[in-house]
Amino acid sequence: MGKFIVKRILSVIPVLIIVSVVIFSLVHLVPGDPAASMLGDMATPEDIEALRIRMGLDRPLVEQYFVWIGNIFHGDFGMSVANNETVIGMIVSHLKPTISLAAFSLMIAAVIAIPLGMVAAKMKRSPVDHGVTVLSLMGISVPSFLLGLFLMMLFAVKLRWFPVSGYKEMSDGFAEHMKSLTLPAIALGFMNAALMMRMTRASMLEVLNSDYIKMAKAKGVHEFMIVAKHALRNTLVTILTVVGQSIVQALSGAAVVESLFAIPGLGQLMVNSIGRRDYYVIQAIVLLIAVFNVLINMAVDLLYGVADPRVRLS
Amino acid sequence: MSEMTLQHTESRNTMEENALRKQLAKEQREIRIRKFTSNKASVFGLVTVTLMVLLAVFAPLICHYDPLELNTVDRLKVCSAAHWFGTDSMGRDVFARVLYGARISLMVGFTVGIVSGVLGMFIGLYASTNKILDNILMRVCDGLKAIPGTLLAITLMTVLGADIKNVIISLVVVNVPSMARLARGQALVIREQTYVEAMKCLGASKSRILWKHIAPNIISPIIVQVTFVFASSIITEAALSFLGAGVPAPAPSWGNILNEGKAVIYQAWWMIVFPGIFTALTVLGLNLLGDGVRDLIDPMSN
Repeated sequence: MGKFIVKRILSVIPVLIIVSVVIFSLVHLVPGDPAASMLGDMATPEDIEALRIRMGLDRPLVEQYFVWIGNIFHGDFGMSVANNETVIGMIVSHLKPTISLAAFSLMIAAVIAIPLGMVAAKMKRSPVDHGVTVLSLMGISVPSFLLGLFLMMLFAVKLRWFPVSGYKEMSDGFAEHMKSLTLPAIALGFMNAALMMRMTRASMLEVLNSDYIKMAKAKGVHEFMIVAKHALRNTLVTILTVVGQSIVQALSGAAVVESLFAIPGLGQLMVNSIGRRDYYVIQAIVLLIAVFNVLINMAVDLLYGVADPRVRLS
Repeated sequence: MSEMTLQHTESRNTMEENALRKQLAKEQREIRIRKFTSNKASVFGLVTVTLMVLLAVFAPLICHYDPLELNTVDRLKVCSAAHWFGTDSMGRDVFARVLYGARISLMVGFTVGIVSGVLGMFIGLYASTNKILDNILMRVCDGLKAIPGTLLAITLMTVLGADIKNVIISLVVVNVPSMARLARGQALVIREQTYVEAMKCLGASKSRILWKHIAPNIISPIIVQVTFVFASSIITEAALSFLGAGVPAPAPSWGNILNEGKAVIYQAWWMIVFPGIFTALTVLGLNLLGDGVRDLIDPMSN
């Protein structure tokens, strides 16, 4: 087990280096001068030159990369060009709504999708199963912002059950907080729920057809115990993968949903930075989420080893 | 004399064999078509996608309004005989905008699907031939894949600037890595087959083996993947345009219409419902079509 863990953790390092190189290069793809395009048409040549020096654009590319990555290890993601604030400060102040939203949407997705997927597999070809298939197809075909718009129109504009947009802090009351997050969380979680349902159903079906389940049935083990004790453990590997993907999906999908519902989170910060061409902010958010993605994948792989001993032995 | 008879018989045999082969291929094709049409979901997908393509192609014949023509008198008019899908906040006909939007969305999705399919296959095939090249290319793909698609597309669009061409470039960059991985995985399996080894022994050149013997055998999963990329690109393009980082206004793209619809959500439901239904139906159709094609090509995959 120890060897398995060390090997998996070490394998992350090259991926992280490549991710950082890719994200660093993105900003340098700007046609022309990044400094000039960040400052816009009104900037004087002196301003542009000053920003070029501040961004270190006058130095060789390789040196720029090492300075950038070195600063990141010290928690310095640069300064926002638009706000004159540190990028890391801006990110920290926008982190809370995003985490609330992502957690809420994941909770909704997991609580509904995993049991439904299992029931659908257990009752194959029943109305429940067909319903699950239709729901998961819809989830894959209706993008989150579209579902969000539909929900907003029906439940906020027509029925007035929820606020149209805006965000209430936990300190404004738990009920208000949840109310402001319900529609965005459903919009964000639906696609994840669809994926979870599909995968849970598929992997449950596979496990239920295996010999050891037939053996358990032959021995007269209760149906519920077969699913809950014998089948669930072997479908865990699949469920873990989808949950891992969903966490990342919830964080990255937040960009669209947050700006739709005016939730002041990381996603909205990123979308606002597009118009301001605030590259450092975008670069930092993308880097953090990509690193998080790599780490989540690693964690999921490590958990595989716990859930299924065959994984750590091979 | 007897030699001639022998030749004659031989050529007759080959002719019969060819006819038999053709017959067999025809039967197999018929079985496939029957199998495809017996799956209602795939037929629904095919019909929906075809319908969308027809609507997009014949948009000028179906709707005589100009999608860009402003009309300040008829602002935010509800659906009527004159304006089937109503008008938007600048008096433009929403039906015309949705139809012309189909042109943009389908064009972007199709181009991204095809270009990433071809590029991915190219990269995957060459990666499978050389260990060092494989390592470099696949690590770059891993790096790109670690960045969630929407975020990568947003970043690229910010850097490159809002423009249809840049939307296509960004979405290709997002989709090529998984396509290349798929092609490489398939190519590595095919490379080990005996017939490839036989070609090597016969002295076939590397590129001949790669393009004439390996490529045709990995194309099916690539085609299936292309339909899924087509579908997901329509979603991402709509999301980008919705955020104002995609196809620049006033061009009608489904994301743009929805974005404008959001601003008047209290007054004009039709600006959200119609482009929304078109987007969802197209994506659903493509996904169902992709599933159907996959079941047809590889029955074991389901």
